[in-house]
Amino acid sequence: MKKTNLYNYILELADNCLIAGQRLGELCGHGPSLETDIACTNISLDLFGQTRSYFQYAADIKGEDATEDSIAFLRFEREYKNVLLVEQPNRDFAYTLARQYLFDVYHLLLLEKLQFSQDLTLSAIAKKSIKEVSYHVRFTGDWIKRLGDGTEESHAKMQEAIDGLWTYTNELFEVTEEAKTLAEEGIAVDVSTLKKTYYEKVTALLTEATLTIPESKYFQKGGKAGIHTEHMGYLLADMQYMQRAYPNMKW
Amino acid sequence: MIATNQHIDENLIPILEKVSDPEIPVLSIMDMGVVRSAILVNGIVEVSITPTYSGCPAMDVIGDDIAKALKENGYESKVKLILVPAWTTDWITERGREALRKYGIAPPLNPDADKDALLGDKRIVKCTNCNSTNTKLVSQFGSTACKALFKCEDCLEPFDYFKCLK
Ligand SMILES: [Zn+2]
Repeated sequence: MKKTNLYNYILELADNCLIAGQRLGELCGHGPSLETDIACTNISLDLFGQTRSYFQYAADIKGEDATEDSIAFLRFEREYKNVLLVEQPNRDFAYTLARQYLFDVYHLLLLEKLQFSQDLTLSAIAKKSIKEVSYHVRFTGDWIKRLGDGTEESHAKMQEAIDGLWTYTNELFEVTEEAKTLAEEGIAVDVSTLKKTYYEKVTALLTEATLTIPESKYFQKGGKAGIHTEHMGYLLADMQYMQRAYPNMKW
Repeated sequence: MIATNQHIDENLIPILEKVSDPEIPVLSIMDMGVVRSAILVNGIVEVSITPTYSGCPAMDVIGDDIAKALKENGYESKVKLILVPAWTTDWITERGREALRKYGIAPPLNPDADKDALLGDKRIVKCTNCNSTNTKLVSQFGSTACKALFKCEDCLEPFDYFKCLK
């Protein structure tokens, strides 16, 4: 097994958690109600915790002077490997929840496989995370149903969010070169195998929520290769500000 | 319930019992079940703690508090965070559950009852103020990720419920 492969694969896993968490964290103090505000930021906190476990491991592998913080804050945009879905902005509450739900379903399926990884650290992180992500998908799924099958306005907004984000779902199942090699060694998850179950689960819930499944066959990708949407730069500017302005600062 | 794979030197227990969870000061970290091992090796206490939730901000503080408490008792220490086996609410001791209740946090139910309370709208979580089970889920996430927010419909007290994690 090549060290750089494993390092890159860990980033692929972790960057999704980091960026999804950053987006939810933006709602801190801005959620539509106190309860939902707290819920979104708690989910964000879980995701950051998972990110830390991955990055601590990645820093060990990289050696030199790499730390969880340098990996989180000091990379350039093209070096982040998160999927385009998680970097999409919080246009409104429906959008935020739809984005998180579309990620949560995938995330849980991924972790359920990753817990059997031959890599003991990845397996441990997955086992821990499954417990948390089960709550996430429950929370976001409930809200998709509540808004989809709610008032005329909430239905319209949720449908618009699903329509807008659908184009980013397929990238979740793209297998990178690193992941392919590591999957053959029993370390990584071959995410293409999750696709069928994913769309079945999502379709069932959206249908229950009286929402229409988008028919578009056009999907966008690029995030896993570091080619992001225009929103990513703004997100990073905000997220990296403190470390860039005050290098090596600590709380 | 004490997990089988817990190794803690007998004479370190009283020291560790005095360290409390920074977010729930009435609860000792020992009753919380986060200390998995504490063994004296070549004059240094090696402590392993496991996080309740991955992002629990209390873990860093708990690590520092453990090192400080041991130091005050003349021990040098190394505190390590471990993820295996993953923490479960089963590791909260009976004394810990009682401390939670007194503090106003309803302790975790068994997994099935937990599901019924959080998803099935069943009124089974006991109010920490008046003991009534006429209580209602307000939000699946409370003041921290490990808790859900409930409201008692008899005495109107809002309270946290410690979610089951297995
Ligand atoms: Zn009451």
